[in-house]
Amino acid sequence: MTSVAGAHVAPPLAHHTTTGLDHRKIAVWAFIGSECMLFGSLISTYLIYKGRSVVGPFPHAAWTSPAGQVFKPILNIPVTSVSTFVLLMSSLFMVLALAAVENKGARGNEGVLGSSKVWLLATALAGMTFLGFQAYEFTTFVHEGLTIRTNLFGTTFFTLTGFHGAHVAVGVLWLLSLLVIDLKRGLGPRDAIIVDIAALYWHFVDVVWILIFTLVYLIR
Amino acid sequence: MSTTRDDATHEPAHPTWPQYRWVALWLVVLTVLEVWAYYMPAFVASRAFLPSLLAMMAAKFSIVVAFYMHLKYDHRLFRKLFLGPLVIAGVTMVAFLLLLKARA
Repeated sequence: MTSVAGAHVAPPLAHHTTTGLDHRKIAVWAFIGSECMLFGSLISTYLIYKGRSVVGPFPHAAWTSPAGQVFKPILNIPVTSVSTFVLLMSSLFMVLALAAVENKGARGNEGVLGSSKVWLLATALAGMTFLGFQAYEFTTFVHEGLTIRTNLFGTTFFTLTGFHGAHVAVGVLWLLSLLVIDLKRGLGPRDAIIVDIAALYWHFVDVVWILIFTLVYLIR
Repeated sequence: MSTTRDDATHEPAHPTWPQYRWVALWLVVLTVLEVWAYYMPAFVASRAFLPSLLAMMAAKFSIVVAFYMHLKYDHRLFRKLFLGPLVIAGVTMVAFLLLLKARA
């Protein structure tokens, strides 16, 4: 694959503002800023209630109920590490999709690795795989006795990771919409901005997971 | 790497494919280090555990925002739109933690 840099020809349908910047990109950054505060509040709530659950199951410690039932630590770090890896790779696929759109038609950008369709599909599939891991995790937790009503850990954990999962689901739908457009009429350099704002949203979902993985799963 | 800005469009150049590959590699390496640290009982018990995990988390966060979200190369208005709320969220988070954890 050739250099990703370059190919920044002004799109004919660009919506520029007095700042000279595309207003859709300004809007998506403002939206991401507001999302920082949303996830900041959810993560704060999780951390404030961390370690205050009266009954188990607990995230990192075993627990024996008054009835004598033994619950092992509920978090499955190996499975979550794999899903984290998948989400990190999806961000790489996303930048390659954007680069493929920006450089469409350029010399050296031919072939499968220069195809925006391939990278958009790969990103969406990685997002769906992450959601599959999350569905598996939630189902396992419920079977092991942890629901959103069991204890403070369950309430804050399901709320935080559930909100993040919903954002991933929206991102997957967004990516699939772009893929359909690409399949129908093709995405080229003039469409780079619409792929760029989808990419910004997708990377934001990724950085939120970077925080959640460390703060919720790894720090005891 | 080119960081020049096209004055007509205000669109900066983005990182190159080898840079994206290095970014992905660093993200994977840092994640592996985090998980490795989690499984080292002696390290978990040490005072370095929490700061090192937070440092690796911050490094991964910064790398994605700077390179994948192009904030390092993009217009400074985008930086302000992102970092302003991020700082507010961070300060609020620390304030709540100090207030409410102290009462526990």
